[in-house]
Amino acid sequence: MMALMARAALAVWLLAGAASATTTDPPSPGADVPGMSALDIRLKRLESELRCLVCQNQTLADSNAGLADDLRREVRALALAGKSDDDIKAYLVARYGDFVLYNPPLKPVTWLLWFGPFALLLGGGAIWWGVLRRRLRAAGGGASDAGATRDERARKLLDDDD
Amino acid sequence: MKALRWTIPFGIFVVLVTFLWVGLSRDPREVPSPLIGKPAPAFRLSKLQAPGETLGPADLKGSVWLLNVWASWCVSCRVEHPLLVQLAQENIVAVYGLDYKDKPDDGREWLAQHGNPYTASIVDRDGRVGIDYGVYGVPETFVIDKMGVIRYKQIGPLTDEALQDQILPLVRQLQQ
Repeated sequence: MMALMARAALAVWLLAGAASATTTDPPSPGADVPGMSALDIRLKRLESELRCLVCQNQTLADSNAGLADDLRREVRALALAGKSDDDIKAYLVARYGDFVLYNPPLKPVTWLLWFGPFALLLGGGAIWWGVLRRRLRAAGGGASDAGATRDERARKLLDDDD
Repeated sequence: MKALRWTIPFGIFVVLVTFLWVGLSRDPREVPSPLIGKPAPAFRLSKLQAPGETLGPADLKGSVWLLNVWASWCVSCRVEHPLLVQLAQENIVAVYGLDYKDKPDDGREWLAQHGNPYTASIVDRDGRVGIDYGVYGVPETFVIDKMGVIRYKQIGPLTDEALQDQILPLVRQLQQ
């Protein structure tokens, strides 16, 4: 039983590692391009967090649509007027809704979006745990003892090899 | 325990199908506008047919009106245009046009060619008013009530169904 739990813990730890490996931030675009001013870099970063409404799977920074041009111009004007990133996002959300943000805000409508995956993970974990326990019980109460003696035998075999 | 074997996967299947059913039957191009229920953003623009005169939402307080965003370069505007011309003849509600990112000469020529259903059109040369109205796909049509509040937004060309089932009943209700 203990060996099984340790193995399960290892599996979870490895999965968590894999998940965190894929969510590391990409290097901010344009960060090391020479000749870009601080404002350009800031706008580039901001625009890569905003969605182009016309071609919906592109960011404002990537899109060549006419509206994206206009919105980039507007964002630049607001930035030059001294508005913060949050002010600029609020300006766009007031006109186009949360949809312009690639990072959806946390509020009751988006709870399912934010917490759904964790709920699924917990549900899946519960089912997995239930199945595991049932299998152990089906294998008989002495399963762990049998495992222990088998481990012992294996170790002895390995030791004898030398 | 045996029953659970079936009910859990079946339950997951039902949830999945419901999500896909609802999700796939939606039009991803229709982004709900946050402007519904909010006052129509103010502007003051010159009229297409009378460049000396200006028009803004403040002038239209007290009446229900439609704001139709159009342009001479907009292909799907041609699809909805006969409906607008017909609506203007029925004289139910005033339709104002926002000539969006268009050359005024082209706009005037387009109206001469296809008919002019608008009480007046105004020129949004650089599209800035369009941004204030959250316009992202011409044509778009807004229903604005007597208090100057946006009550409805149609994204894309008007259809006979949208007009008969949604817009005109709403207009009649707002006019009372």
